[in-house]
Amino acid sequence: MMREINASLITETIARLCVEANRNLPGDVCAVLHRSAQEEPFAPARDILELLVKNEGIARESCMPICQDTGMAVVFAEVGQEVHIAGDFEAAVHEGVRRGYVDGLLRKSVVADPLRRVNTKDNTPAILHTRLVPGDRITLTVAPKGFGSENMSRLAMLTPAAGVQGVKDFVLETVRLAGANPCPPMVLGIGIGGDFEQVAELAKRALMVPLDESNPDPFYAELEQALLSAVNETGIGPQGLGGKTTCLGLHILQKPTHIAGLPVAVNVSCHVTRHATETL
Amino acid sequence: MKKLNAPLSREDALSLRAGEHILLSGTVYTARDAAHLRMLELLREGKALPVELEGQVIYYAGPTPTPEGKPVGSIGPTTSVRMDAMTPALLAQGLRGMIGKGGRSPEVVEAMKAHGAVYFAAVGGAAALMASCVTALEVICWEDLGPESVKKLTLKELPLVVAIDAQGNDAFRLGQAEYLEGIRNSEFGIRN
Repeated sequence: MMREINASLITETIARLCVEANRNLPGDVCAVLHRSAQEEPFAPARDILELLVKNEGIARESCMPICQDTGMAVVFAEVGQEVHIAGDFEAAVHEGVRRGYVDGLLRKSVVADPLRRVNTKDNTPAILHTRLVPGDRITLTVAPKGFGSENMSRLAMLTPAAGVQGVKDFVLETVRLAGANPCPPMVLGIGIGGDFEQVAELAKRALMVPLDESNPDPFYAELEQALLSAVNETGIGPQGLGGKTTCLGLHILQKPTHIAGLPVAVNVSCHVTRHATETL
Repeated sequence: MKKLNAPLSREDALSLRAGEHILLSGTVYTARDAAHLRMLELLREGKALPVELEGQVIYYAGPTPTPEGKPVGSIGPTTSVRMDAMTPALLAQGLRGMIGKGGRSPEVVEAMKAHGAVYFAAVGGAAALMASCVTALEVICWEDLGPESVKKLTLKELPLVVAIDAQGNDAFRLGQAEYLEGIRNSEFGIRN
């Protein structure tokens, strides 16, 4: 027996999640930000982190977007195999983004064509990743992504011989090239393995892993720790003006890959690593 | 903390040092990628710019829509490097200051030194906080660009860092070196 979910419910939910994600920093990111402001040893850096803490509070209390770049709406949908959707699912998602951004007074940052660049004026289309899963529920996550940090993201097809060191070097090189541009302190999502397009999606999904969790595989958990320490030894600091707090946290998601390859992707994000989820 | 009022005089600009934290009040104009392209097109055609740039400060920012009862939506800086290729031409028009985030190209720094201009870093991502430092907003031109239109902002004590001063000193390089030097000399005690 299929459970029926109306497309209009998907639209309403997406609209609400767009607004919520842009106003409220997730609890795990908030906690690390507050802690880093207390633990940062370099006084000028501490001043900047305190402004970010203050900003987060103002956004939440005055219902304002945390950052003016309210992003492209990246939507992850996990659709239960036993759900029947009444209506057009993808159209419902885009309509939700349109309503969320127009009614929620979020910035419209999407152009209809990458070269002719005319603003769509409603922040559509969303970037939609849909997975079929067992069950009769739909889980929707909206993760608005700003492009100050997105522009600093990189992907490499390393050789298998490059190994762990090659991955470390590529991540560190990406951080150094990014420097002050992605509004550090950053959050990094790292994908390793799969193929060209899967590794990029892994990196994006890694940004949504709670910062207080680590990779369930001890080998990768250790690599996450080593990378975080190395990134926070660069001295880039908040806004690139020097300090310890270059990165609030990072996660690795790994997948099987080809005998000839070692794909690596680093999705750079800022302290405004936003996402809001609801299950229908 | 030093307080400054925009527009800025050449002396104001020359008095600032990289790494200094300041509070900026007065009038500034927003312009980002698309508005810069249009300004350069006007200059190429020998036409007047929408704003006389002498002494002015440009804020690289595209705010969220203005909520009812507030002067402005969230308004933080965008990445300055995207404006680099178009900046020397505006500095030659008398532009005195820029507000953004991230570093600048050697060409921009040279033009800043030649014209006595200063580049400020605002705190990227602190856009709701910065909205509380804007008391008025007026769209000047190119409304079709939406968030990228040129807007006149009235500021009250916007917190900024002098990122690159008119002598070409770079607070990113200096700050990172100072921090790393401090770490080497264990100046930060138990916090590490």
